[in-house]
Amino acid sequence: MSTITLTINGQQVTVPAGSTILKAAEKLGVFIPTLCHHPQLTAVASCRICVVEVTFKGRKKLVPACMTGAQDGMEVETESAAVVESRRTILELLLANHPQDCLTCGQNGDCRLQDYAFRYNVPGAGFSGERHAYKIEDDNPFIIRDMNKCILCGRCVRMCAEIQGDGVIDFAHRGFNTKISTAMDLPLSKSECVFCGNCAAVCPVGALQEKGLRSSARTWEVKKVKTICPYCGTGCSIELNVKDGRVVGVTSCDGEVNGPALCVKGRFGYGFIHHPDRLTTPLIKKNGRFVEASWEETISLVAEKLTGIKNDHGPDALAVLSSARCTNEENYLLQKFTRAVLGTNNIDHCARL
Amino acid sequence: MPTCCCQNNAVDDRQKALQRALSKYQNTKGALIPLLQEAQEIYGYLPGEVMQYLSKELKIPFSKVYGVATFYAQFHLQPRGRNVIRVCTGTACHVKGAGGILQSIQESLGIKSGETTADLRYTLETVACLGACGLAPAMMVNNDTYGRLTPAETLQVLKQYK
Amino acid sequence: MKNLAGKYKKIICVCSGGCTSSGSGKVLAGLQAAAAEKGLAGKVLVRPVGCHGFCQQGPIVTVEPEKIFYTRVTEADVPDILEALETNRPVERLLYVDPTSGKPVVTYDQIPFYSRQQKLVLEKCGCINPENIEDYLDQGGYKALKKVLSTMTPQEVVDEVKNSGLRGRGGAGFPTGIKWQGALSAKIKDKRYVICNADEGDPGAFMDRSVLEGDPHSVLEGMAICGFATGSHEGYIYVRAEYPLAIKRLKIAIAQAEEYGLLGDNILNSGFNFHIKIKAGAGAFVCGEGTALMASIEGSRGMPRFKTARSTEKGLWGKPTTLNNVETFANIPVIINKGSRWYSSIGTEKSTGTKIFSLTGKVVNTGLVEVPMGVTLRRIIFDIGGGIQNNKKFKAVQAGGPSGGCIPADYLDLPVDYDSLDEVGAMMGSGGLVVLDETTCMVDLARFFLKFTQQESCGKCTPCREGTKRMLEILTRICEGKGTPKDIDDLERLSRVISSTSLCGLGKSAPNPVLSTLKYFRSEYEAHINDKRCPAGVCSNLLVYTIDAAKCTGCGACARACPAGAISGEKKQPHAIDAGLCIKCGSCLQKCKFGAVVKK
Repeated sequence: MSTITLTINGQQVTVPAGSTILKAAEKLGVFIPTLCHHPQLTAVASCRICVVEVTFKGRKKLVPACMTGAQDGMEVETESAAVVESRRTILELLLANHPQDCLTCGQNGDCRLQDYAFRYNVPGAGFSGERHAYKIEDDNPFIIRDMNKCILCGRCVRMCAEIQGDGVIDFAHRGFNTKISTAMDLPLSKSECVFCGNCAAVCPVGALQEKGLRSSARTWEVKKVKTICPYCGTGCSIELNVKDGRVVGVTSCDGEVNGPALCVKGRFGYGFIHHPDRLTTPLIKKNGRFVEASWEETISLVAEKLTGIKNDHGPDALAVLSSARCTNEENYLLQKFTRAVLGTNNIDHCARL
Repeated sequence: MPTCCCQNNAVDDRQKALQRALSKYQNTKGALIPLLQEAQEIYGYLPGEVMQYLSKELKIPFSKVYGVATFYAQFHLQPRGRNVIRVCTGTACHVKGAGGILQSIQESLGIKSGETTADLRYTLETVACLGACGLAPAMMVNNDTYGRLTPAETLQVLKQYK
Repeated sequence: MKNLAGKYKKIICVCSGGCTSSGSGKVLAGLQAAAAEKGLAGKVLVRPVGCHGFCQQGPIVTVEPEKIFYTRVTEADVPDILEALETNRPVERLLYVDPTSGKPVVTYDQIPFYSRQQKLVLEKCGCINPENIEDYLDQGGYKALKKVLSTMTPQEVVDEVKNSGLRGRGGAGFPTGIKWQGALSAKIKDKRYVICNADEGDPGAFMDRSVLEGDPHSVLEGMAICGFATGSHEGYIYVRAEYPLAIKRLKIAIAQAEEYGLLGDNILNSGFNFHIKIKAGAGAFVCGEGTALMASIEGSRGMPRFKTARSTEKGLWGKPTTLNNVETFANIPVIINKGSRWYSSIGTEKSTGTKIFSLTGKVVNTGLVEVPMGVTLRRIIFDIGGGIQNNKKFKAVQAGGPSGGCIPADYLDLPVDYDSLDEVGAMMGSGGLVVLDETTCMVDLARFFLKFTQQESCGKCTPCREGTKRMLEILTRICEGKGTPKDIDDLERLSRVISSTSLCGLGKSAPNPVLSTLKYFRSEYEAHINDKRCPAGVCSNLLVYTIDAAKCTGCGACARACPAGAISGEKKQPHAIDAGLCIKCGSCLQKCKFGAVVKK
């Protein structure tokens, strides 16, 4: 494969042909801020926060690092005076139309706008004037949608269309009045939205927040525990967000199987974990009532009953139905158990029903 | 297909016209905008159900149809007046007093730019440039262009449109 | 006019372009009916033609072959015009009166407005019937296409266009031949497109409209030649929806050209196929930007895209696409017919050929003007345009629309070409020239343009979407007398950032009207901010009306006219205006016969 050698902040770097300046900078460990860019989504170069100053063939100009291809002999400055002025101004412009309610915002501590404002020392809106005054959408159990905080990076739109494959939201209107909107600008609850929450997962600011998670913990209070989603055999990677020993939410973490995506159950269906009705020990019905039992006692009882049926009526009197919530490995073991131990082929899986 | 509770012939005709338009653009790339234009020609504006119907037929997400319809100034999601007044506020008209023309219409009809009179007789709009700069200030009523207007003449012209 | 004597003795040409808005339709119908009634059919042809250019004097009627030029014709003038054909004495009251000599001028080639122009592209506009292909053929139409198909290879055509030095007439001035070469050499071979950008949206520009309405075949011919040269068989014309007449005439022209075998399959038995479709825009200025235009043809929101390759490699639907504007395509038949050497001898070394300007604003002769590149602004505005209306003082000319800038009087002798205009902070744009006089406020004008770009911003990239909004708000504040010195710094910083970081040309050029007015008319900004004064007397918040007691006779006319009851005074005694009540409507100023009301 052909390669390209360019200079970034005085350091030479060689990358495969076709790489962007952003990729080349990543290789060097040089930081370039991004908002609309997401590695899993089509690039659009619309937020312009990633502009860098490029000198190439004697011409000097600002270009977006996320989409501009690296070229042999390019000289890139990522923090020149012009770059910093542009980034600061863009941040001031975004903040001029963004509520400054970081104190109560659930995204506080995990917000790109906040991070970059800190990095570039932008204390607040640099300009006064009209601001959007959209109604905050809070009528569904999963996502709080505050379009006043939206910076129109469009990551949610591309996520919904390109990864979720639904296209429930898109850009509507234009210019200053541009808004991410469902068809006819209905609330998500009245649209075809399936509440996978993938839009919220890629939102770089607080415009789309996971309702439960963001209302129960500050972002820095939670410990993230990586695990596999228990809902089905797909095996999506998830992160349990744990605060004071309790799971307060689930976030996606770019798993090998699922990338940044999850479904509504995996992302929002964690309420059972600490639910008072949840069974925490096996129960055995004795004299018409369920009584708590130990695992030893329960497994012995099941084994005894299965053996009894097999002896009295033959192995084909038994049938096993496995669950879609089991992993592949568990499903494999269950069919092995059914065939080799119980001695019957009566094994099926609920996903086939 | 969108239906209306009154189920009269006009509705039927409009549905048929829309279906004819659809079959004309079958297998044509980039059909959404011409179809929205035809739909607006048929219905006078773009009702939500019509956009939803087009979205299904063209297999384009409804949100995208809505996004396109709200992007272009030509499309209207609310019913419009029988006569559409478009006052040019281009550079030439601006320096030659388009503001006064617009104001006189607004005062006389009691509506602002972008609004429709209650009797659906007039819809008032401004446009960036009609390309009739040599005749500034200018306006269009439906497809007729009028130039070198004064506020008084403007109101006379409007009276012709019932 | 050629081939005329053979068929008709006289041809009466009635402008059916822009003049329709001053009532030429009735004139045309009246002339046709009266001519038929008088039994003149076969002798006299009454012909609807495209824009004659001198819109100020419309409706315009010309009589060929004598070149008689009638102005401001109404239906009532019909009998006299026909009468004059017989007597051979033109209707004197309809003739153009030369403002300097005060004498009537009979023929159009004697009128300075015309005699100082050089019409290559507009040659047929105003003399052929745009709805009749025979007229175009009569004037040598489609000869260039024939020549190309029968005697040239695509590379030869591209070379000819390259050698002509033709640069895109849509604004940026990219060399057309180099663009075509890119498409011809593109890697993708299976499908290629030609697009004509007819989304002329600059306020103050209407040359493309006039060409489409007056000579649509010249554009079709240019596109077909481009199709042959770049290996494309499919063309689109993207016309803005505000031009219904242009769309109608293009449709007629395409149908007629197909009927004559000049478009469609196997054109002129050459084996070359070329089909043209019309796409009507839907009202978005930004669609004049190439990538947004293509997104719009594809059925999407007209939002520009960041280009990772040239459109000639990856354009419409990812295929090589040659995009040129109306005027550029209309130049192509001229170049092919007369040769690149001849063409490149017109104009300047780096800007060859002619350019059409739409001359509007406070100039005496508004209309369309075609001149060789490199003539001075003075020649266009004063020699052809006749100077400033009402003997006011020239202040500046706004060139290039919302992407352009204001050029002050110091640069009146600047040769008008791509590079000179760029150097002074304006741009060629599509060729709009809006003349401004001393009563134009430059801050108000900058605000007007920012309002336009802000309304037309697609909203995709942050600097244009949010930045133009804030610039407009700052300019509005300054015009209202609420500006602070920091506002100028903010405007300059926003201009810098918006022009260097926006995604497309619309955003990148949006600050130009502010930058150029700040450069040449900074003192006007400062007067608004520091002295709360509008030197041009435009910004109503900053005006103060007073009554000059020495001139006031106490007639009371002003007090009766004042809608706010702000004027008081005893009869026959000097009156006074209460500044607190005054709404600055100017009624008193208009009513006062003694010049006693003073606005400053």
